[in-house]
Amino acid sequence: MIEIKDLHKSYKVGKNSLHVLKGINFSVKEGELVSIMGSSGSGKSTLLNILGILDEADQGTYHLDGVPIKNLNEKIAANYRNKFLGFIFQSFNLINYKSAIDNVALPLIYQGMGRKDRMERSMAYLEKVGLADWAKHKPNELSGGQKQRVAIARALASDPKVLLADELTGALDTKTSYEIMDLIQGINDEGKTILVVTHEEDIAHMTKRIVNLKDGIIIDDSMNEQVKAIQNV
Amino acid sequence: MFSIERWQEVFDTISKNKLRTFLTSISVIFGIFILVVLLGVGEGMKNGIEKQFQSDAENKISVYTGVTTVGYKGLNPGRYIQLKNEDFDYTMSANAGNFESASSMYRIWSGLITYGEESGSYRVEGVMSDYQALESASMVSGRFINLTDQKQYEKYVVIGQKVADDLFDEKDPIGEYIKLSKINFKVIGVFSDPGGEREESRVYIPLSTSQKVFGAGNDIRSMAFTIPKRTNFDDALRESEMIVNDLTNQLKTKYKVSPEDTSAISVNSSLESAKQFYDLMDVIKVFFWGVGIATLLAGIVGVSNIMLIIVKERTKEIGIRKALGAKPMSIVAMVLHESIFVTAISGFVGLILALVLLENLGPLIDSEFISNPEVSFNVAITTLIILIIAGALAGFFPAYRGAIIKPIDALRDE
Repeated sequence: MIEIKDLHKSYKVGKNSLHVLKGINFSVKEGELVSIMGSSGSGKSTLLNILGILDEADQGTYHLDGVPIKNLNEKIAANYRNKFLGFIFQSFNLINYKSAIDNVALPLIYQGMGRKDRMERSMAYLEKVGLADWAKHKPNELSGGQKQRVAIARALASDPKVLLADELTGALDTKTSYEIMDLIQGINDEGKTILVVTHEEDIAHMTKRIVNLKDGIIIDDSMNEQVKAIQNV
Repeated sequence: MFSIERWQEVFDTISKNKLRTFLTSISVIFGIFILVVLLGVGEGMKNGIEKQFQSDAENKISVYTGVTTVGYKGLNPGRYIQLKNEDFDYTMSANAGNFESASSMYRIWSGLITYGEESGSYRVEGVMSDYQALESASMVSGRFINLTDQKQYEKYVVIGQKVADDLFDEKDPIGEYIKLSKINFKVIGVFSDPGGEREESRVYIPLSTSQKVFGAGNDIRSMAFTIPKRTNFDDALRESEMIVNDLTNQLKTKYKVSPEDTSAISVNSSLESAKQFYDLMDVIKVFFWGVGIATLLAGIVGVSNIMLIIVKERTKEIGIRKALGAKPMSIVAMVLHESIFVTAISGFVGLILALVLLENLGPLIDSEFISNPEVSFNVAITTLIILIIAGALAGFFPAYRGAIIKPIDALRDE
């Protein structure tokens, strides 16, 4: 599903160039649930941005579902993001003045889906994350866990190939975190490929594979005995 | 993508930011309001000036004389040039066929008129039959002085509407006798003049009578002529200039007046003064448009500023949208849609306010120089089109800025 070879990325900081990713080789097969771990500055967010086509690598190749991701203009990049990827952010990134269901429907608008289909589908995903009763509520009327559920429903709405989650439990308490991870595991069990960036050990151990990043290179990439989040709830 | 969703989003953001939208609208409303009111006043000035010119025939040439100021051919300055009947006859024969109507005029200075108990001081002029056309006067009742009156030295008088109102009140003045410097004159007509009360407080008697009764001999005070109308203003102007020059030369030669002397004999063409006024009008019009557009521009810059702030404030949202698959064009459309909507609506409000003001206040304003300020349909449409374009311009640069932000930078924005 994801295939990257010898990926390099550096940023200009003043006059100096900061080499963040120093040759990453990495692949993810369909249906995997992978966590990328590392301390801050390890390059894990940069890697996720490149995987999410929000940023571009300086060197190396990236294939997403067999499609080469290279030198895309913003229009095609937007199209790929819409079709291939679903984002889940630490700070939820919901649009404040839109109701839960309208937030979920947003990626579908950019697919050009008609209103009726869109609303039906958004409602189905809200049901899936257990928030059907909250469809008409604005984000500021929801708890942190509920907001993240809306964000997950939104990420799923366009039926992407890969879900990318950036510290998705970073703003949540432990109990809520585990509930969210339970939801993520459930979605993965249905066959969705999911990448989770985290620096929390317990969250990482709820995935099936842990990739450890340090100073821009992968120092460890191993399968993990998945801990079911439900046991901790 | 110009669908219900886009409209919903525009309404969402507007209702979420009522104060900001309100303040933006005010500047546009004010801009268009000022523009339209100025244009209305400009139109009013034009109407007013046109009205001034309607008070006399618009292609009128008048000849007045005065005192010489320059010595010439051995003659001292300070000599009064007295026009005579012969001058009029000579001018008529020298310019045969050039004039449509012509009259000379003699002014009686002591204009005390009495009728019974009522009396008043009015301007009394001895004139010929064509004078009616020269003054653009129209008869309210009775008739104007004619050739027969002139030939038979009739003691007839034609009075202005104001004079009739003053002396006769409700009574019909036709056939009544009034005393003019103690001499009885029979009222044969009442006239009205587009020049208003000032020109309607005159009385006219036959020129020949005035010269005889008031002992003026052959003297006349002035002469006036009209030339036939031309459809082309410039042609008419050229023709009238030519006649003015001819007349000036003829009279100056006859009375031995220096060519440099401008006050002894003056020949004026109303067309020339009309042209000056129309030129002035054009300048004023350009000025008003300039001021109006500048005001509007200030409003547009305001909108542009606000849109820039909106885009900046919504940077994160734009990032989210881009991450979810929004194309740059859809961001541009989103911002443009909002800015055009805001400018168009507030511009429309400003236009309506200005029109209401002009409509209600316009007819009340009727001074000598401003009359019935109004705005034509074309002007209204023009300002609306300017608005839409302005809204698009005001929105474009902020929108473009929003479109080119990299999603990763936009998402990082707090």
